[in-house]
Amino acid sequence: MYGIHDLAALRCYSALSRLTNRFVVRRLIQAVPTVLGIVLLGFVLVHAAPGDPVLALAGENGDAAYYEFMRERFGLDRSLPEQLLTYFTRVASGDMGVSYVQGRSTVALIAERVPATLLLTTSALTIAVLVSIPLGALAARRPHGARDVGINATVLVIYSAPSFWLAQLAILLIALKLGIVPVQGMTTAGSAASGIGHILDVARHLALPAIVLSLQELAALVRLTRSGLIDELHRDHIRTARAKGLSESRVLLRHALPRAALPAITVIGARAGQLIAGTVVIEIVFGWPGIGRLMLTSIQTRDTPLLLTLFMTIALTVVLANLITDLIHGILDPRIRVG
Amino acid sequence: MAFSIRGSESAELAPAALLPGAGWSPLRTMLKRPTGRAGLVLLTLLIVVGAVAPLLTGIDPAAVTGPSLAAPSVAHIMGTDAIGRDLFSGIIFGTRSSLLIAISVGLVSGICGLAIGMSAGFFGGAADDILMHVTEAFQVLPRFFLVAIVIALFGPGLDRLIIILGLTSWPVLARVVRGEVLATKQLDYVLASVALGASRFHVFRYVLVPQVLPGALVLVGLIMGQVLLIEASLGFIGLGDPNTVTWGILAGRAQGLFRAGWWLAVFPGIAITSGVLAFNLTADALSSFVQGGRDTAWPSSST
Repeated sequence: MYGIHDLAALRCYSALSRLTNRFVVRRLIQAVPTVLGIVLLGFVLVHAAPGDPVLALAGENGDAAYYEFMRERFGLDRSLPEQLLTYFTRVASGDMGVSYVQGRSTVALIAERVPATLLLTTSALTIAVLVSIPLGALAARRPHGARDVGINATVLVIYSAPSFWLAQLAILLIALKLGIVPVQGMTTAGSAASGIGHILDVARHLALPAIVLSLQELAALVRLTRSGLIDELHRDHIRTARAKGLSESRVLLRHALPRAALPAITVIGARAGQLIAGTVVIEIVFGWPGIGRLMLTSIQTRDTPLLLTLFMTIALTVVLANLITDLIHGILDPRIRVG
Repeated sequence: MAFSIRGSESAELAPAALLPGAGWSPLRTMLKRPTGRAGLVLLTLLIVVGAVAPLLTGIDPAAVTGPSLAAPSVAHIMGTDAIGRDLFSGIIFGTRSSLLIAISVGLVSGICGLAIGMSAGFFGGAADDILMHVTEAFQVLPRFFLVAIVIALFGPGLDRLIIILGLTSWPVLARVVRGEVLATKQLDYVLASVALGASRFHVFRYVLVPQVLPGALVLVGLIMGQVLLIEASLGFIGLGDPNTVTWGILAGRAQGLFRAGWWLAVFPGIAITSGVLAFNLTADALSSFVQGGRDTAWPSSST
């Protein structure tokens, strides 16, 4: 008996994994035109911008010889299709030009800033997930009760407030008035601390920006967890679980939450663009040395090659985030793979 | 999920919005909820303030009319900025431009989303496939950064802000509308009327349009709230049109002056938040009508 069951399970599993592989491949293929579209968009923007495209690529205060060099390098003296081909080849090889303000490869400049931004976003996302689940569950316990109304109202206001404003308020109230945490930067200026001391220093600087950045994600996730749980708690399998005599917390944690979590994953992925936009603004307010600060400088100095590379990097990151979300979703919910 | 694009869930909810003669009941349902009342009051207030802005303040928001960094007082209710411009009149005139941007973007994206979603759902087949692929591609474009780079390359201006945000904000709407159309097409009474010889136009005009519009309106409201936030962030980082006063541009002037002038950060933020709240609350109350009183979550997929 067991043998037959095992065999059936195995067959079922291998069919499932074939399906999964096909799903992954299909999703990857679907992402190709989007990626090409984004790269093409960069080309179109540079060529549609008023003035000579070489100005957009090389900046406005280069000399004639440098313009000639850039024209040749990007093939701007050739026909449009040829230019497009050159452009795609350059992008594919990771050559996105040189920041004319800093005189270095734009890709390298961005790569330098990614760790700080990544630290900030992952911390914020972690806080958002960890806090939103209990809050959402608390609100869903008694829909329209006092707690639910309170949580809902707070979350709605946070969701409607611009993140830079929350950051400004946090600085005004917490950092300046109470003086618990530093207001600016990632490390204390002039501090030579290393090892544990350095980590603690960064953590102290990270606390406020990470909490503020997490608020908007938190608001979206609380609403979602709440409505997901309310929907879920009315279903038959929950009644069965309760009828079996399971404790309410077990019903909530083991039976209702996992199903309610599926849409949350989609939302986290789909909000990637908003999260990065929020990060940029928060970095600017708190002087956090990530890509947001880099973007601000590139806007202020009209460093178009750098700005263009930043745009493409962020757009491709969003595509990647969506792809990963879809794949995770496909693994967790078999119905998606077939559809 | 609030607006499932899977057919079955929407199908259950269909009749609520379809009751004949339900003309004013959305408004009545919305007014029954405290959040709906708050949203409508706030929205009306902002529109009135925007409309009669010059009557509310005699001070030119761009003119230097007081001492620099004066704290809120009788002469300057919300204080002045670093070079002595009046913040209160800035907020009042900012209401006008910020709402104008939000409503224009709402119109552009509403038209795009309805047209694309309706066509995809209505015609189905290859048209549906192509339109949905285009929609997906647009959906992953990071709007904030696209506007940022366009303004950096083309120079600042309200026109390009509205066009770019309008042309990139519709994908969520198109997907929801398509899902609703697909689900509605399969309902028994629609199939029955087709069997009785109803023309495609009849189904479109008398079944699909009334079925799709309330839900679309909810999303357009939420889109307008998001647009206010995006505009504010752009103004904040210095990409606003220097010739217009918007809430975001005002908020940006506070940067670096936290110790010297708290009012510069506090008041523009309150204005932006109340504007976004007005759209979100109204949309929220309207969506509870569309869904027959069910609890909602915000639409998720909007970058």
